Amino acid sequence: MQDFAYHRPRSIADAVSLRRSAADGSYLAGGMTLIPTLKQRLAAPSDLVDLGALGELAGVRLESGMMTIGAMTRHAVVAASQDARRAIPALAALAGQIGDAQVRNRGTIGGSVANSDPAADYPAAVIALGATIRTDRREIAADGYFRGLFETALEPGELIREIAFPVPARAAYRKFRHPASRYAVAGVFVADFGGSRVRVGVTGAGPCAFRWSALEHALSSALDPAAANGAPLDHGRFNSDLAASAEFRAQLVRVMAKRALESLSG
Amino acid sequence: MKVSITVNGAPREAEVAPNTLLVELLRGSFGLTGTHVGCDTSQCGACTVRLDGKAVKSCTVLAAQAEGCEVTTIEGLGAPGALHPLQAAFQETHALQCGFCTPGMIMGALDLIESGERLDEASVRAGLDGNYCRCTGYHNIVRAVLLAAGANA
Repeated sequence: MQDFAYHRPRSIADAVSLRRSAADGSYLAGGMTLIPTLKQRLAAPSDLVDLGALGELAGVRLESGMMTIGAMTRHAVVAASQDARRAIPALAALAGQIGDAQVRNRGTIGGSVANSDPAADYPAAVIALGATIRTDRREIAADGYFRGLFETALEPGELIREIAFPVPARAAYRKFRHPASRYAVAGVFVADFGGSRVRVGVTGAGPCAFRWSALEHALSSALDPAAANGAPLDHGRFNSDLAASAEFRAQLVRVMAKRALESLSG
Repeated sequence: MKVSITVNGAPREAEVAPNTLLVELLRGSFGLTGTHVGCDTSQCGACTVRLDGKAVKSCTVLAAQAEGCEVTTIEGLGAPGALHPLQAAFQETHALQCGFCTPGMIMGALDLIESGERLDEASVRAGLDGNYCRCTGYHNIVRAVLLAAGANA
């Protein structure tokens, strides 16, 4: 790991200003991706701005149909949160399936969403629930947020404060997990907001999480799991690696979508 | 930079470089070599310690991030002749072969037991997902955790 200057600010304003004045700075949230990346020298920031002392960024809040999760809230906290389990049980269950217990004790929702790993779990929920990403300077809608492989709409130095999730009538997440890394080889989050408004978020398959609009359209007439068999799904830009070919990933997306939909009606 | 943490109940201080890992601080500066480095890529769990009461992989935490925190390592659990119930259970069920993964297994298992969740074989296996035993002695490790939890005594 290369050397860097380490900062531990006590306020969001200080964090943003430290990041701005750094030559090539990076925020440090849970560090579950960043620290291994530093060790492999895939990144060598001049400054790390640790968000660990910003207590105001942690916590789960439920009010008027919205569940808001602070950026520094650990996966284990979301998984165990009574509010989360009551309001959006599928989201709490998703958090409980990330990595392993030790990773869930450190990893944060803000870190995951800022990183936009193509196989991360949270992005599927952000997309399917139509969440809003609230930063130090603005609000970003889920639909325009994920831009590509490890690429988001965040500007350099922009800091996620919290993520607000509209509470659906029902939701479900199913993933085909990589047996070693526990990342999603393919994962599908389905959210039913009632009145034939259904949103489908897919992770693990493409360069970043995306909406499967064709399936949403098919489901708007009837919430039939079989719709996942035939809805158009372009796997032209899907990932192909040791774990799965693009074609196999497309098939997994259909099967995960079907299982998620079946669990909604079941 | 200076780091002040509480290790196994005692306040400790050390001068470290910002890129020092928590496991390097524990082993190098404090001589607590019971915490092992297996993979150094946050896969294997051999370096598991408790940070403010939660199991974490100390190869993936900076020493600086632990500032002001309480750290418990395997040395903080029991001593020869006065083993922690988990340590005694590992001995009782022959839950170690080479022993390299054992400190991490025990620190991870503590979280599981203290979670208050009702444990069975499946939940112990899922709970220790982040700890590898390359002797593949999982069967007796699961028995030890259940024994210590009083689930299968």
